Amino acid sequence: MSNQAETGELWEVFLQSKSGLAFKHAGSVHGSDAEIALQNARDVYTRRNEAVGLWIVPSDQIIAASPSDSESFFDLANDKIYRHPTFYNVPDGVKHM
Amino acid sequence: MDNNEEYQKNLLEFERKIEAEEKIEPRDWMPDAYRHHLIRQMSQHAHSEVIGMQPEGNWVNRAPSLRSKKILIAKIQDEGGHGLYLYYAAETLGVSRDQFVQWLHEGKAKYSSIFNYPSLSWADIGAIGWLVDGAAIVNQVSLCRTSYGPYSRAMVRICKEESFHQRQGYEIMCDMMNGTEDQRKMAQDAMNRWWWPSLMMFGPTDNDSPNSQRAMKWKIKRESNDKLRQKFIDKTMDQAEFIGLTVPDPDLKWNEETQHYDFGQIDWEEFYEVIKGRGPCNRQRLETHIQSHQEGEWVRNSAREYSRMMKEAKKELV
Repeated sequence: MSNQAETGELWEVFLQSKSGLAFKHAGSVHGSDAEIALQNARDVYTRRNEAVGLWIVPSDQIIAASPSDSESFFDLANDKIYRHPTFYNVPDGVKHM
Repeated sequence: MDNNEEYQKNLLEFERKIEAEEKIEPRDWMPDAYRHHLIRQMSQHAHSEVIGMQPEGNWVNRAPSLRSKKILIAKIQDEGGHGLYLYYAAETLGVSRDQFVQWLHEGKAKYSSIFNYPSLSWADIGAIGWLVDGAAIVNQVSLCRTSYGPYSRAMVRICKEESFHQRQGYEIMCDMMNGTEDQRKMAQDAMNRWWWPSLMMFGPTDNDSPNSQRAMKWKIKRESNDKLRQKFIDKTMDQAEFIGLTVPDPDLKWNEETQHYDFGQIDWEEFYEVIKGRGPCNRQRLETHIQSHQEGEWVRNSAREYSRMMKEAKKELV
């Protein structure tokens, strides 16, 4: 994807909707520098008080796992079902566990 | 594995995801035809939002009160925002926004034919919000379930904002129908002019819609043009009657058997004329877009130059 467009580079936008909650990807914006991109992100993604926090990251700085390898990449967890609480037997009558 | 085998394997996995209602994401493998269909549909959708600012912009300076002016400006800003959500979502398919805009200016990309009609009176602003945005909502609610992830997410965001648009339009129509005889006439006149073009927004009938079948198979589209059109008519009829507006279609009547409204023949010749560029405002809409894009060039250049200079200055400090 070409990153240097007429309207500036591409940035990914993350919003925090309430303090205490995790930031969530909202979309992307163009901006010739971080300051302009931040203002563009505010204008595009928070016109209705959607955020108390806003991050932008240059799109080409995001490192992602390749979807074609995702099965083998994530399957390390498949044989570790003992990491889930439902794996364990709890005697009948024991509560709050 | 040779290329063909690889392709078949990818295609099977793609079709499995579509079947299982899993979303396709930008980095996933997808057939070229799927990508091209999305590029065409999403950019057309984005252009429609942006060109749609023009008929409404025509009334900002003549809005009848400060309240209605503020609301109209906010609505127009939303339309620009919706265009941007869609351009950004479309860019994930590997085409830049500059390219999309260029295709629009060269006449290679289309936008919704509805925006080639003029907004002649303040009542038209009511009719646009109520009917045009109303029709767009029916279409966009359905598209929230589209199979391409970024498109679906943009639609969810847009739908949340659209209902304000429709209500502000309906409020204008209500106010005018509760007003003087002249105001009621204006409202009915706007209704008469916008009703049929609004029905055309859903596109040709299913039998004449060549791209629809594949789009339905790949779940880019979730409901057919005719089904969406019927939904819109059914829900809009009551709203029209409630404020005393007459729908300009003598064949429109409730069908007890189908539990839907029957309606008259749509003038498809008019639809294709407008699509081919011979609607009332096609030339004006495109010229205005090109002109404002050119007039904004110095802003884009200054921003780029400023950011370049700031980077240089930082380097010197180090």
